[in-house]
Amino acid sequence: MTVAALSVRGLNKRFGSLHALKDVSLEVAQGEFFALLGPNGAGKTTLISILAGLTRADAGEARIMGHCVQRDYRQARRLLGVVPQELAFDPFLTVRETLQIQSGYFGLRHNHVWIDEILEQLGLQDKANSNMRALSGGMKRRVLVAQALVHKPPVIILDEPTAGVDVELRQSLWQFIRQLNRDGHTIILTTHYLEEAESLCERIAMLKLGQIVALDRTSNLLRSGGELHLEIRLDRAEVPVALQARARILGERRFGLHLASAADIEPVLAAVREAGARIEDISLRHPDLEDIFVQIMERT
Amino acid sequence: MSGFPTLLYKELLRFWRVWFQTVVAPIITAMLYLLIFSHALANHVQVYPGISYVSFLVPGLVMMSLLQNAFANSSSSLIQSKITGNIVFVLLPPISWFEFYLAYLCGSVFRGVMVGAGVWLGTLAFAPPQLSHPLWSLVFALLGGGLLGTLGIIAGIWSEKFDQLAAFQNFIIMPLTFLSGVFYSIHSLPSFWFAVSRFNPVFYLIDGFRYGFFGASDVSPILSLLVAGTCFVALSAVCLLMLQRGYKLRH
Ligand SMILES: Nc1ncnc2c1ncn2[C@@H]1O[C@H](COP(=O)(O)OP(=O)(O)OP(=O)(O)O)[C@@H](O)[C@H]1O
Ligand SMILES: [Mg+2]
Repeated sequence: MTVAALSVRGLNKRFGSLHALKDVSLEVAQGEFFALLGPNGAGKTTLISILAGLTRADAGEARIMGHCVQRDYRQARRLLGVVPQELAFDPFLTVRETLQIQSGYFGLRHNHVWIDEILEQLGLQDKANSNMRALSGGMKRRVLVAQALVHKPPVIILDEPTAGVDVELRQSLWQFIRQLNRDGHTIILTTHYLEEAESLCERIAMLKLGQIVALDRTSNLLRSGGELHLEIRLDRAEVPVALQARARILGERRFGLHLASAADIEPVLAAVREAGARIEDISLRHPDLEDIFVQIMERT
Repeated sequence: MSGFPTLLYKELLRFWRVWFQTVVAPIITAMLYLLIFSHALANHVQVYPGISYVSFLVPGLVMMSLLQNAFANSSSSLIQSKITGNIVFVLLPPISWFEFYLAYLCGSVFRGVMVGAGVWLGTLAFAPPQLSHPLWSLVFALLGGGLLGTLGIIAGIWSEKFDQLAAFQNFIIMPLTFLSGVFYSIHSLPSFWFAVSRFNPVFYLIDGFRYGFFGASDVSPILSLLVAGTCFVALSAVCLLMLQRGYKLRH
């Protein structure tokens, strides 16, 4: 069996009285495209920091391609590229210098060909000789992505790489990351744009208050919320009695229901008729990751 | 290949990009000291027979500038990186704690020696060159840069805000360098301050450095070397331990 790209076992981390990670265990296979999702403060960045050696766990073990991030940190860090969530840059350097120096930190001193390719792929070639201070926020974020890739790491973790990035780059960035994934790189990303995770990632872990509350293939997660999602707006505020147990209130006179199949629609309509209510608006769709995410976060 | 040469290169580039502030300005400051003190005191003070006060002042000023700039280099580099967050770029790569230490140390020594050499060249306009034991001077210059560079790394890691670093500079570095016999021989001090000065490692750095200039000093250069060397080893050990533990850098 090949070694996992990333493996985490029994990870615990406290910040004073705050238990930021509670017994987190997780494995990501080589070549996977994996999403780590969760609301603000769930512990995603903390987990990534431990993997990157920026923070130390209180208990548990983390490995990158089988190398412990503490004991075998040199090898682990060589194999890992991290795009940090916080925008940071060195104000003394140009974009190209930033990448050359980052590359040198990994012991790679003649890396021009690859650096040029990253610059092009991330639409930075026009800015290569600009000072970092002169870049817009989105451009700085691109450089952050580029810095994580200078040493061609087999495992790449991106902590909200698309925050503050325009639509065009978001698409070209994902195209580039997909290409890296096809070339065999393992990709782990966090994002609050759930449609990105839904379309890109094969597998998803959801974190809440430092605990993993869901871990499954994206397709399984999407099915877990029922086949169909029905939304109805009525002419009155009360939900028909027969539906009260299943309905989720979405707004004034609006409620939603999960249906196992299309055949379930008829009984719902019958319940509405029986209650003497009139439907003002109705929509039917397959649940998306956002629906599932909300369900899981509410349930746990 | 290791990341050390690149980290050192970045440390040198960082101060060289603003060379006027980091190299020229401190040289000008030292020249002003020389001008004022030599003018005010030249006719009143003679420390060693046959050596004018201006000449006496030269090695002290050179060393003081060297020490202050060695400290400033590592400490300001680290605090700036920590506050702007770009410290992650050196924490993510496979750079060992020892290489990390060595790169910041060498950057500091380099800037300190550069400023010190500049000050010395400037003083040639005021006093004839005198270097009777250049090797002794070189040894103390490197040791002094190393000692204060290491202290700068410790202060840079420990401080979380610029104010804390400024406090470190004002309450530790300034008194240490000023109460060290830059402007006088400690033998001219009242006995209490004489005793205090003898506990100041910077005194030994300056006294040993001065020995290289004149072949005369307050204490034997061997003793100075022993004291300064011991302090350097002890501080380095503290600094390396902090780095190895990830103190304040890796939570
Ligand atoms: N250095 C620190 N000191 C104290 N508390 C911290 C520290 N770092 C993180 N925390 C706390 O740990 C918890 C998890 O934070 P973390 O940054 O990992 O969340 P996240 O899932 O990345 O959130 P976001 O989506 O907002 O980025 C939060 O409650 C946060 O306040
Ligand atoms: Mg985060």
